[in-house]
Amino acid sequence: MKYLLMLFENEKAWDALPQEEAQKVLEEYMAFSESIEKSGNNIAGEALQPTSTATTVRVRDGKRLTTDGPFAETREQMGGFFLVEAKDLDEAIALASRIPAAKSGCVEIRPVMDYSDVMG
Amino acid sequence: MEDVRSIVEHTYRAEHGRIVAMVIGAMGGDFASAEEVVQESFEAALQQWPREGVPREPRAWLLRAARNKAVDRVRRGVRLGARVDALEVVARLEQELAATPGGEDWQAHPDDSLRLLFTCCHPSLAVDVQVALALRTLCGLTTEEVARAFLVPPATMAQRLVRAQRKIRDARIPYVIPEPDALGERTRGVLHAIYLLFSEGHSATQGAELVRVDLCEEALRLARLTCHLLPRHPETTSLLAMMLLHHSRRHVRVAEDGGLVLLDRQDRGRWDAANIAEGLALLDGALALGAFGPYTVQAAIAALHAQAKRPEETDWEQIAALYERLAKLTPGPVVELNRAAAVAMAKGPAQGLVLVDDLESSGRLTEHHLLPAARAELLRRLGRTDEAVAAYRRALALVRTEPERRFLEERLKEVLADVPPT
Repeated sequence: MKYLLMLFENEKAWDALPQEEAQKVLEEYMAFSESIEKSGNNIAGEALQPTSTATTVRVRDGKRLTTDGPFAETREQMGGFFLVEAKDLDEAIALASRIPAAKSGCVEIRPVMDYSDVMG
Repeated sequence: MEDVRSIVEHTYRAEHGRIVAMVIGAMGGDFASAEEVVQESFEAALQQWPREGVPREPRAWLLRAARNKAVDRVRRGVRLGARVDALEVVARLEQELAATPGGEDWQAHPDDSLRLLFTCCHPSLAVDVQVALALRTLCGLTTEEVARAFLVPPATMAQRLVRAQRKIRDARIPYVIPEPDALGERTRGVLHAIYLLFSEGHSATQGAELVRVDLCEEALRLARLTCHLLPRHPETTSLLAMMLLHHSRRHVRVAEDGGLVLLDRQDRGRWDAANIAEGLALLDGALALGAFGPYTVQAAIAALHAQAKRPEETDWEQIAALYERLAKLTPGPVVELNRAAAVAMAKGPAQGLVLVDDLESSGRLTEHHLLPAARAELLRRLGRTDEAVAAYRRALALVRTEPERRFLEERLKEVLADVPPT
């Protein structure tokens, strides 16, 4: 089963982090990525540019409406994701709890929709 | 015909949870399908048993029926969460069947109930839903009964339950007793579910029976299993202690005519001494761990009642103090009402009435008979009979169980006899 682990953190707190601490967190991320690569859980993962780079698009009545900024203004912003393979939710929770963002922000876990039954 | 129906109903109450637990296990953790399959099996029993007679081993019959329906579903390709194949379902349920027919072996299968309980209480479900799901699935309460326990309309509860089952399937919440380090997160829901199950049995919220011993005993069994899983966990130990202390009075809480017998009128010689001894020892163990959570406080209150040889020897001062502590730990109108009753015993009815009136003016518990019933009792003791009569009538308009209704009616009659003729 595939799960998307979405990393939410406070961008301002991240920006305010002293450089050597930021470096440490990056190393933790690299170690985590490597470990899930080795264990076979990893499918994909990316870090995102900050929300200042975000653009939101809606189409209403055939008209495109483009706005600056992320979909929701919240205290924490989505900063990246991992797509993992896990046998069940408990394994996905165990993986998510090892992501550095779980300590400073939070990680939302969503199972990925499986269309194999419907598509045949 | 009526007899068969009541046998099916009894079997449902006694066995539903464990049959569901086994079928979920065999069906790879597919909650919703397993529940439907078991439901269909009970429906089949309702149709076939009156014609063909009640089988000698009803639960083996039901398990076999469930197995056939489960296999049928898998063969027809009904989507299953974990994609088990039909052979696997057959093999797993055959294994269960082989262990069932002797009857007593059934008790040796605790793991499925616990697995089910812990799955229902997975932290990715809202706490309320965890408990509701456990009561519905494991304990076989109807959706209506569960809805009443949570004070929501049945349709709302049905929707919540369906959503929870869907989440278990779609997010693939595993059907396991979690690893020790994950147990802590789930204990709250597990204990709450066991407690509500016991409460439902100890004073049923509706119907002709005041006490449903089967539910109480299932709650005790689950509490013992959980204690075994979590030794030295003070709240778990305390919950078991409290339930044992309450359960010790089961033989004298209900009179021969089915009426309710209050604590101060019970024959204390007939309280179950073994239950009391075990409950007190467990409470000591929990207190020795240095904890003072809500279940420990409630067990301590039950212990003070159990230790009083005569009603007059009850240490109401300490009980009132414990209720005050409980009200801080778990604020709620029912706790406040109990506290008011204890204060009335310790310091006199006038002081108790102040607390009851505060509660009433806060607007909570207005649809429950307990509040006016408590007011009526205190007003009666204060000699304010006219007001007591009005309060008893209000309580009678709200009461839901037959024995409690009769109790209130008798009290009302007593008070009316005291009213001076005008």
